[in-house]
Amino acid sequence: MSAPTPSGSPIGRLAPHESAARHVTGEALYVDDLPEPRGTLHGHAVTSPHARARILGIGTEGARAVPGVVAVLLAGDVPGLNQVGAVVHDEPLLAEGEVHTEGQAVALVLAESPRAARLGAEAVAVQYQELPPILGISEAIAAGAFLCEPHVLRRGDPDAALAGAPLRLSGRVESGGQDHFYLETQCALAVPEEGGGLRVFSSTQHPSEVQAKVAEVLGIPRHRVVVEVPRLGGGFGGKETQAAPFAALASLGAWRTGQPVKVWLDRDRDMRQTGRRHPFRTDWEAGFDGEGRLLALVARVFADGGWSADLSRAILDRCLFHLDNCYHLPALRFEGRVVRTNRASNTAFRGFGGPQGVLVVEEVLNRAAERLGLDPADVRRLNLYGPAPRDRTPYDQPVGDFRAGRMIERLLASSDYRRRRESIEVANASSRWTKRGIGLQAVKFGISFTTAFLNQAGALVLVYADGSVQLNHGGVEMGQGLHTKMRAVCAHELGVPVEAVRVMATSTEKVPNTSATAASSGSDLNGQAVLEACAAVRERMRPVAATLLGLPAGEGEALVFSEGRVSHPGTGLSAPFADVASACWLARISLSATGYYRTPGIHYDPSVGRGRPFFYFAYGAAVTEVEVSGLTGEHRVLRVDVLHDVGASLTPTVDRGQVEGAFVQGLGWLTTEELVFDESGHLLTHSPSTYKVPAIGDVPEDFRVDLLPSSPHDGTIHGSKAVGEPPLMLAISAVTALRHAVGAFGARGREVELSYPCTPEAVLRAVEAARRDAGPARAGSPDAARVEAEPRIGEPQAT
Amino acid sequence: MRQILRLTVNGEAAESLVAPHQSLADFLREDLGLTGTKHGCDLGDCGACTVLVDGEPRLSCITLALECEGREVTTIEGVARDGRVHPVQEAFDRCVAAQCGYCTPGLVLSCVALLRDNPSPSEAQIRAGLSGNICRCTGYTKIMDAVREAAVELAGQAPSPAEGSRRD
Repeated sequence: MSAPTPSGSPIGRLAPHESAARHVTGEALYVDDLPEPRGTLHGHAVTSPHARARILGIGTEGARAVPGVVAVLLAGDVPGLNQVGAVVHDEPLLAEGEVHTEGQAVALVLAESPRAARLGAEAVAVQYQELPPILGISEAIAAGAFLCEPHVLRRGDPDAALAGAPLRLSGRVESGGQDHFYLETQCALAVPEEGGGLRVFSSTQHPSEVQAKVAEVLGIPRHRVVVEVPRLGGGFGGKETQAAPFAALASLGAWRTGQPVKVWLDRDRDMRQTGRRHPFRTDWEAGFDGEGRLLALVARVFADGGWSADLSRAILDRCLFHLDNCYHLPALRFEGRVVRTNRASNTAFRGFGGPQGVLVVEEVLNRAAERLGLDPADVRRLNLYGPAPRDRTPYDQPVGDFRAGRMIERLLASSDYRRRRESIEVANASSRWTKRGIGLQAVKFGISFTTAFLNQAGALVLVYADGSVQLNHGGVEMGQGLHTKMRAVCAHELGVPVEAVRVMATSTEKVPNTSATAASSGSDLNGQAVLEACAAVRERMRPVAATLLGLPAGEGEALVFSEGRVSHPGTGLSAPFADVASACWLARISLSATGYYRTPGIHYDPSVGRGRPFFYFAYGAAVTEVEVSGLTGEHRVLRVDVLHDVGASLTPTVDRGQVEGAFVQGLGWLTTEELVFDESGHLLTHSPSTYKVPAIGDVPEDFRVDLLPSSPHDGTIHGSKAVGEPPLMLAISAVTALRHAVGAFGARGREVELSYPCTPEAVLRAVEAARRDAGPARAGSPDAARVEAEPRIGEPQAT
Repeated sequence: MRQILRLTVNGEAAESLVAPHQSLADFLREDLGLTGTKHGCDLGDCGACTVLVDGEPRLSCITLALECEGREVTTIEGVARDGRVHPVQEAFDRCVAAQCGYCTPGLVLSCVALLRDNPSPSEAQIRAGLSGNICRCTGYTKIMDAVREAAVELAGQAPSPAEGSRRD
């Protein structure tokens, strides 16, 4: 199907971002930058100040009296369905009767300016009767508050395996939430069109879902709603479902007033009102042999879904699918459930439950290594997937082309891991207050939406008679470089320079019924659809080109489309692509085509926990070195070596950016970003002054990223592999390195007690715990005297 | 009560009636249509709204428009002169230092000021100079590459009046 790779092809070439020239000059437009049509009103939602309350009454007179306020809308003003839940109808657009979280929308004020709308919203008098909220996973379990039935994966007899295991460990892993902190906050502009239509400009990863939700809320068919996405100032999952409510509010306002309406959230409101990465709590029990081989793993997993279902069930599924990471588990039982709390509704975030799953098994392996006094890298190597029967995932899909093993060996050598670990141990022995640590992390990440039907995509290519090309596809550009890659795929198929291809804004009027740009699948799915569409046009052009060159029409098959020309290798005859396009127009040959793709061979049966949910796996490995101060808990990342598998990269510059950005974002989740709430459930960390997103000073001092060379994958677009999410989990290497450093403050053979996120406070607590465990004999402990006076009971002294 | 504001924006005189509480960011975006300046956090913590006021980087979200009376403001739209993009812009483009692009205008202006004051910054000086600009996409490495490349490029050029000297 694919044309032979011509010399001028942009596939696999270094390339700037498709929008780079516009990014650097400020020309690139985001939704908030679009010129506002005449009469545009501004919408401001009145939101709940309480985590849970009954609504006793809503007084709108005061708001209507504010100068500039045009309307105040309540749930009763919704003409269609007052629902925006992505999967389950449990999320009213405007609250009715009860509010379930701080920041839930109760009313919408429309005014002539953003300031008037805000003042109007402040003047809406809502009377609440506060109700006791559920604010944590344990509370929710006790209250029986769940958002879904349990999902269970099992293999073998884990209880018997645990009972017979020479080393038995158990524990609880609690991972925290994470705010997306996309630089561009949520924004939508809804513009009424003639004939009862509506055009919605939305900063969303999922234009088709926004279209569907707007149509449902207004009670109109979808064809009356067009959703257009110019580009996103970052998404990371936070605009997969959660752009829809704001687009629906703008649409409701436009529908009711007949005027354009814009809804934009400032940072404060965005951080309070929108959901985040799910906090997870996992209680686990593991059995090992004396050398560190995992014999069995039992895990009870709970995800904090927040107040509504959103995508929580699928996120829980992906967590369970990644509790194995790269390791063969002979016997296992994983049970997962989503709890309902009165937090903002947690949602997709890069990795989608995968990181929370991987973190658990990595902690299990780290603790085993600490107890057995082994190098954690060796414990990992011992447990890797291998040839059958060690190749079966917990859901019975064979891992197939398992690349992690050889990537680990290659990276251990290239990063000089062994020698560095030895020299760190030597240095730590003589350094009293500062210790270093080093950690290895590999990742195996399943690629496909685990909800099988979502794995489809469409494209529409338009070739004009002058040879220029417009490319439309269903994916959204949010900084991940999707348009850059799709332009390369299109230019390759048509044999034109990338400058001849213009990638159009994503719109539901070009490609219908699309899936979200999510699950790392943007290039995989849309790339195949773009290829199909372009190949269809190209094949129609062949006979016309042959005639133009004075060749028999049958010679069209031999023509090569490359570097803006259509050439006949046998005779050396050639014509510019533009001339061929013009000839096609004159010969009445269609120059536009759609392309469509669906991922083959994927299926999963949750009732038995078996299937093939993933088309393939993407792999990566990292070695990270850190330095920890035992006095303050502060830590620095000294060096990171990454080797990542992107197959045959479509655009290596783009892929490197994804790897580096994901790693640093993972580092944020694991070491700096901490969400703090007060006792009533109010988020206290709702701005970058209190919520620590990695800044340039937090980047590893020595950061070496390599892409696995010459490693095409069969059956994907030009042999490339998905890259958006997998490298985020490589940051767990920093946790292993921190544990190594913290452990050096204590005695060998003891497990490190380090909680997430590993902020300086958490590291300091862990250092102090390690020192206590090491006992008074250990040098360098400022509270040695206290430890001596208060020996801990029931804990054997380490030797 | 609106007041008259007179200032220079990107080399051109501007005169406008503004409210005393109006931020420079809002003035640039709403009154002048210069939407390259972005609202990131509106608290002075993310750097997305960075502009130059008399050549110095300023967070326009926490600067009042009226504070700029008689001053010269440079936004991202004014960094390119005479149809030629600035070497910092070129380097950001070439190094793929912009992913989603939303932090890029602020970063470019911070870099322009950094390299004007310190034409060959050390690694630590680059980190310090850009410490107020949050990027959520790149992991910053390509941004640092761009600064280094732009520094080399600028070293090969004679300083132009627009960026060669600080205006006090």
